[in-house]
Amino acid sequence: MANDKSGMQLVVNGILSENPIFRLALSMCPAVGISTTVMNGLMLGIAVLFVQVFSSVTISIFKNVIHPRIRIPTYTLTIATWVTVIDLVLAALLPDAYAKMGIFVKLIVAFAIITMRLEMFACKESVKDSFWDGLGMGLGFMVGMVVIGFVRELLGSGAILGYDVLGFKPLLFFILPSAGFFVVGLMMAFFNWIELYYKRSKG
Amino acid sequence: MIKQQVSDDQTTAPVKLWKVSVSPHIKSSESVEKIMWTVVACLMPPLILSVFVFGIQTLFITAVSVVSCVVVEAVSQKALGRRVTIKDGSAVLTGLLLAFVIPPGVSPLLPILAAIFAIYIGKHLLGGIGYNFFNPALLGRAFLLASFPVAMTSAWLSPVEGFGIFSYLGTSIDAISTATPLAVMKEQGLAAFTEAFGSGAGLYTSFFLGWRPGCIGETSGLLLLLGGGYLLYRKYITYHIPVSILGTIAVLTWVFGGETYFRGDPLLALVTGGAILGAFFMATDYVTSPTTKISQIVYGICIGALTVLIRLKGGYPEGICYAILLMNPLSTVLDSWFKPKRFAPPQGGAE
Repeated sequence: MANDKSGMQLVVNGILSENPIFRLALSMCPAVGISTTVMNGLMLGIAVLFVQVFSSVTISIFKNVIHPRIRIPTYTLTIATWVTVIDLVLAALLPDAYAKMGIFVKLIVAFAIITMRLEMFACKESVKDSFWDGLGMGLGFMVGMVVIGFVRELLGSGAILGYDVLGFKPLLFFILPSAGFFVVGLMMAFFNWIELYYKRSKG
Repeated sequence: MIKQQVSDDQTTAPVKLWKVSVSPHIKSSESVEKIMWTVVACLMPPLILSVFVFGIQTLFITAVSVVSCVVVEAVSQKALGRRVTIKDGSAVLTGLLLAFVIPPGVSPLLPILAAIFAIYIGKHLLGGIGYNFFNPALLGRAFLLASFPVAMTSAWLSPVEGFGIFSYLGTSIDAISTATPLAVMKEQGLAAFTEAFGSGAGLYTSFFLGWRPGCIGETSGLLLLLGGGYLLYRKYITYHIPVSILGTIAVLTWVFGGETYFRGDPLLALVTGGAILGAFFMATDYVTSPTTKISQIVYGICIGALTVLIRLKGGYPEGICYAILLMNPLSTVLDSWFKPKRFAPPQGGAE
């Protein structure tokens, strides 16, 4: 199962063509639930990036000693370990932002995207490639969260990163969880459209 | 031996006379356009009445809503590469119903936004006419209620005095806004309700005729019943959905709506709020309601029960909008649960 992509290609792959939120449609729960502001999206994105990179590397190092039958519990325990680390670090360093995110940092344990990347990639590939893949997926998730958070914060509360830019609140609707689905859906359509356009222009 | 004969008969029959075509075999003069424009015509009397109840600006809001719905329909059909079908009246009907369920004192900007949401996202992105599983007009109202909670729950107007239909033009909404009967009942209790609107037979009559605060088109039970009755007479809708909705609302309000059990006021529950408009014109939408008789009755009972639940225990004074929206996606499920019995079920399996 040799991987023929370079590290840079893996990162770009995670951000664009296999973006976890917009292309793979994984981990939609946080994408809808927490992405009401850019800051929330960024914070959760950083936490996921950290957990994804370290879990991928850990599993990749130990891939030869993990028995296939118990691989899923092993993945879960590995992810839980790194989630505990980032949970305690965030609670100590940024208590205010941590309080806003609430349970979602702990819920990273159950994020489909992380388990899926361990199962699909890290348990077969080298440590170096797993690192780049984890980085790409984490960055892709972060970019997605920030973009969704940007749209929802701008339209919902007329602000960006907490600064009031519009001076009024255009549509309160966008703060609500149901609007998260609309924003994610429209973003997905936009990504698909860009890919279609790119392929068509290429030939 | 007999089998052999049968097959011989078939082969010798004059095959050319057997013209087999796909159903339907009976053609009627009804079409989508005709039905839609008839429903639009049935909604004209309540619209005209609303001018005399709330003033001329209801006409303006309705016009903005209808025009923006038609424009959004044309633009989204063009953008999605579909045939432009603005002449079939469905967008006009959606615009009219959308205007009917918003308060008369809102800014005309609101129906435009609601039209974009209802027609583009609620109708065309979900498949276009015939495929949308939510009622677009109610989706627009739910969107407005979520986005502009203050305007949508406070821009009510008292009925104008006499024929002063221009009296609300140019006045500030904050100064003249009032509360709907259901909101007063829910938030302040029966005593305040009696004080504000009176009681007795005169109350029922004025409410039934339409002289009460409320959304633009929902106030006049009489005219809506006449319009719904005409649709029933033309067999465009059947009695199953409206009767089961209104009956359930009346019975459940009678049982649970009062201070103790069986002390509620079923008549008042029907003439206040949007029950009649919802039952006759919203819930009977062809696309979003079930098709078999039993499932239509179950659908109506569920809508009525949800409405009473939201009215009595929920956070909003009126619940029929959300009740219909909640039941809309379930209509296909109900159809598959309550399949009609086949006349000649296959016996012993296919040969």
